[in-house]
Amino acid sequence: MAGDTTTVAPSRWEGAPVPEPAEGGRKPRRSRLHRWDLRWSPYAFVAPFFLFFGVFGLFPLLYTGWASLHRVELTAPDEMEWVGLRNFSRLLGDEFFWNALTNTVTIGLLSTVPQLLIALGVAHLLNQRLRGSMFFRVAVLTPYATSVAAATLVFVLLFGRDHGMINWALGLAGLDAVDWQNGAWTSQLAVSTIVVWRWTGYNALIYLAAMQSIPHELYESAALDGASPHQQFLHVTIPSLRPTILFTCVVSTIGATQLFGEPLLFNGGAGATGGADHQFQTLGLYLYEQGWVNLHLGRASAIAWAMFLILLIIGAVNWLVARRLRRSS
Amino acid sequence: MSGVTPGRRAGWIGHAVLALFAAGSLFPLVWTAIAASRNTTRLAQTPPPFWFGGNLLRNLRIAWTDANMGTALFNTVLVAGTVAAGTVLFSTLAGFAFAKLRFRLKNLLLLLVIGTMMVPPQLGVVPLYMLIAELSWTDRLQSVVLPTLVSAFGVFFMRQYLLQALPTELVEAARVDGASSWRVVWHVVFPAARPAMAVLGMLTFVLAWNDFFWPIIALTQNGNPTVQVALTGLGRGYIPDQSVIMAGALLGTLPLLLAFVIFGKHIVGGIMTGAVKG
Repeated sequence: MAGDTTTVAPSRWEGAPVPEPAEGGRKPRRSRLHRWDLRWSPYAFVAPFFLFFGVFGLFPLLYTGWASLHRVELTAPDEMEWVGLRNFSRLLGDEFFWNALTNTVTIGLLSTVPQLLIALGVAHLLNQRLRGSMFFRVAVLTPYATSVAAATLVFVLLFGRDHGMINWALGLAGLDAVDWQNGAWTSQLAVSTIVVWRWTGYNALIYLAAMQSIPHELYESAALDGASPHQQFLHVTIPSLRPTILFTCVVSTIGATQLFGEPLLFNGGAGATGGADHQFQTLGLYLYEQGWVNLHLGRASAIAWAMFLILLIIGAVNWLVARRLRRSS
Repeated sequence: MSGVTPGRRAGWIGHAVLALFAAGSLFPLVWTAIAASRNTTRLAQTPPPFWFGGNLLRNLRIAWTDANMGTALFNTVLVAGTVAAGTVLFSTLAGFAFAKLRFRLKNLLLLLVIGTMMVPPQLGVVPLYMLIAELSWTDRLQSVVLPTLVSAFGVFFMRQYLLQALPTELVEAARVDGASSWRVVWHVVFPAARPAMAVLGMLTFVLAWNDFFWPIIALTQNGNPTVQVALTGLGRGYIPDQSVIMAGALLGTLPLLLAFVIFGKHIVGGIMTGAVKG
């Protein structure tokens, strides 16, 4: 470590007058450089971030708003024709937009709720003394390492109507085969399953980390009061986890609003429609279809802003819920 | 990771439930390998195969050449490596400035960083596409590297870590000795930040490897794909052979899985420390 040899008492180096040694011309020049360095280096350190963020983050963000007020075709992105709010008013009367919005909400609920509940249970089990606890932790995290594409490709086969393993297992149980892809509910359930599979272990580890930072005395005093392990879970663990649960809710909701790869690839080679009847087309997928299949970049921008608006509403609701929870406790 | 040792010992039921959950987590991956070792006729029969066949190498070879997986893997290593290195470097510098230095507009800029973490990537996709089309960057790797080279989460993560891990006196002492800012960064900040840099690097590498939405817009299957672009092409009917598709999925996942086997402990630890900070 570099700092071990420097044992100078702390001093206020910022703004403190630097004593100027009067030996020759080199030292004052160095100290002027030094002050210049002190003053400007913070900006140099944050500059790369803001440079890249400005060009590839902030500028596109604002320009999306501008583009959404125009007719822009993918084939000629330079030619923009002003249409005012027409892209937005079109969306309001667009049945596929409302369909995509409803699908995004149902798939979001079907994936987020079970995901977080199971994660809570798994984290509770992982928080006990276990044989091979590191094996379990790594094992539950492997789906996180699997990409959306790889995961969806294998789940398409597992959910296959004629020869998929899931229908085969249903058959063993005496049930009829399900046409997962073509039903509305079944396809949404299948898409949600992929999301649940990929993210439950990750959330479990986040809950586990929070559980491990709960002070042990809380459990001890609860046990002294005669609380059973089950009651301890409900009245000590869950309340202490409240901020973490809220955090995972926010992150999963953001992920759910942006759902794209799973419904795209669950449709196989049939394109970005999200099924023959658009039964599992999400907002993210509809944005892609409008922009890169139908070539209407202006409309795609309007959908992007609608998605952002929905996120803001969800964020506001989350904030209100969090405030109420904090007040009630 | 040490944490408080929980008092209760898991019974056999707890172990069994966890084992079941772990099996469910691993099974689709194992079955990917099983399906990749069969042929497409066998995959269209009931019951589905439960054990390995002899076609693995053949399918891997077809996926490698015909589905462009070789190029895709090389590109993805390059992209994910560059993005991880850039994110770690720039996040550490900015995180240090936000944690330990005083400058004008600091709080406003920090608020901007935190605000950008909430913005969905879809919101910038249309202009980003127009930008790279203008620059003729479609199918060039810089089109997927540059937009993800910095991360607001990374800056925030490094700031939170350095706030507590880097003693302010250490920085001041080096300053009093006349060290320039770059020497301070090199000899004081980087050594102190190393554990968090490793965590951020691993997490960013995984995210960049699996990045999906933007790459499939910016790159094409036949041109210069990343793994996810090539797999999307496979899934959308580029090659109709199911066992080859599974071989492609296996090729695209195996490098990360190997990393998980080797660094699993650290990645788990990284996600857990990140969670407590976040």
